[in-house]
Amino acid sequence: MPNRPMPVFPEPDTQAFWEAAKRHELTYQQCNSCRGVVFTPRAHCTACGSLDLATKVSRGEGEVYTYSVVRQNRNPSFADLGAYAVAYIDLDEGFRMLSNVVGVNDPTKDVHCGQRVRVEWETQESGDYPIPVFRPI
Amino acid sequence: MASQSRTAAIVGMYEWPKRLDRDVSAMQIKAASIAKALEDAGLKWSDVDGLYDANDGEGGGGLGLAPYLGLRPTVIDTTAVGGSAYEFQTAHALADIASGKCNVAVLSYGSKAASQRIPIGTGGASAASNWQSNMENPYGHTLVSSYAMVASRHMHQYGSTPEQLAEIAVTTRYHAMRNPQAVQAMNDLQFQGVSEVSIEDVLESRMIADPLHLLECCMVSDGGGALVIASADVARNTRKKPVWIIGSGQATKYRENKGDITTSAAAQSAPIAFGEAQVRPDEIDIAMIYDSFTITVAVMLEDLGFCKKGEFGDFVAGGRLRFDRPGALALNTDGGGLSSNHPGMRGLFLLLEATRQLRGESTAQVPGARLAVAHGNGGYLGHTHCGGTIILAAD
Repeated sequence: MPNRPMPVFPEPDTQAFWEAAKRHELTYQQCNSCRGVVFTPRAHCTACGSLDLATKVSRGEGEVYTYSVVRQNRNPSFADLGAYAVAYIDLDEGFRMLSNVVGVNDPTKDVHCGQRVRVEWETQESGDYPIPVFRPI
Repeated sequence: MASQSRTAAIVGMYEWPKRLDRDVSAMQIKAASIAKALEDAGLKWSDVDGLYDANDGEGGGGLGLAPYLGLRPTVIDTTAVGGSAYEFQTAHALADIASGKCNVAVLSYGSKAASQRIPIGTGGASAASNWQSNMENPYGHTLVSSYAMVASRHMHQYGSTPEQLAEIAVTTRYHAMRNPQAVQAMNDLQFQGVSEVSIEDVLESRMIADPLHLLECCMVSDGGGALVIASADVARNTRKKPVWIIGSGQATKYRENKGDITTSAAAQSAPIAFGEAQVRPDEIDIAMIYDSFTITVAVMLEDLGFCKKGEFGDFVAGGRLRFDRPGALALNTDGGGLSSNHPGMRGLFLLLEATRQLRGESTAQVPGARLAVAHGNGGYLGHTHCGGTIILAAD
């Protein structure tokens, strides 16, 4: 079972995102004033400064904006993964999220910009929060 | 600020000569470098009335540095924006001198990143908890992969190639081999093969984070140095010819929904600096650009306006930016962070080598160099970074 670092709490901006993750819900925020999409989670709108934000649940589909394959990481949490792909995913609802692309034979060959991906929830040995990662559709 | 002003100038400088130095502290590097830079300028310890510090060194910073040095400055500026801190501080020193707040400003840097074996590029997540780390630490994103993501997207968006990126490392190594301190650095830090390299050598070196290879990543060294900036009145009587600060620009850029990761803060800071200096990019003789990685230079050559967006490859091809190729600017003539000096925040050394060039003192001297750009980058390209552009003119 994967053993990724867990989010650490208390942390007021990100707590609700990770509680939703326990229900396998990928959440983002939208401003009730200017309709701007906010991500990563915050208590204010980064476009207009409004404090009135709605939390929404993403369909969990999007495309790889860019990626890299990490060959060397001294953090022991990632020692068992081998080479792994980190990526920014552009979700269809208009937010960009850092994640990993998983479920490919060879991340150095099978991940590319523009690739369609879908979220999946990876259970962790390291703690109670499942981690959202993405798999090619 | 009046354009092309001659308000303040770099009048003294010193670069710590060793890149692996177990017997000194970061604070000792800072103090000794300041002493040597003042000696280079022909100024006294007690002349210093402006202290600029990026909170580096253990026990330094806004509260610690002045008592350690034994100075009583009238200006204390602790702008800490990573490797671009020194370009930001140079802009601030110029403004403070222009407004009469100080006359002799000192910037200093000291780091023990190599001898303390600080894993800057591949350290992984920390245990800290904040609005960003809680969203990122689960994914094993490293500093190197953050830059590599910019390279992947640049290749996708513009069709740039690994060979074009490698050319940047080839050019800087060519310059490093002419700089005895850089050669010593590569020997002390146990580089495999201290020699000029080819594009093939770069592409055959180990992949760290696709598409960036080992020889596209800067070294992790010890080091430091100091810079003395003085008013025009003081600069009239210094030992060396002054190097004038004629333009500056500052910016930040960060990861955003729908943002373009291939454009850096330089796209905002450079037009401000060039506008203030009233010079054009094609008039620049020397480009000192923060080469944490090859992609950093590629993106910034474009964003500084030296070539169009997406076209750095043709601009650097065939060794065009070597110091001994007339007709184009010379890039990172000291050997850069890739092959001479990178203790974590390289921004100071960009200003030091630009100053050497405009004084005629570089080990890869461009004959008659008149105008130089130093562009520092702090933080992570492709994530959150600050960019500071400084334009310098020979006396």
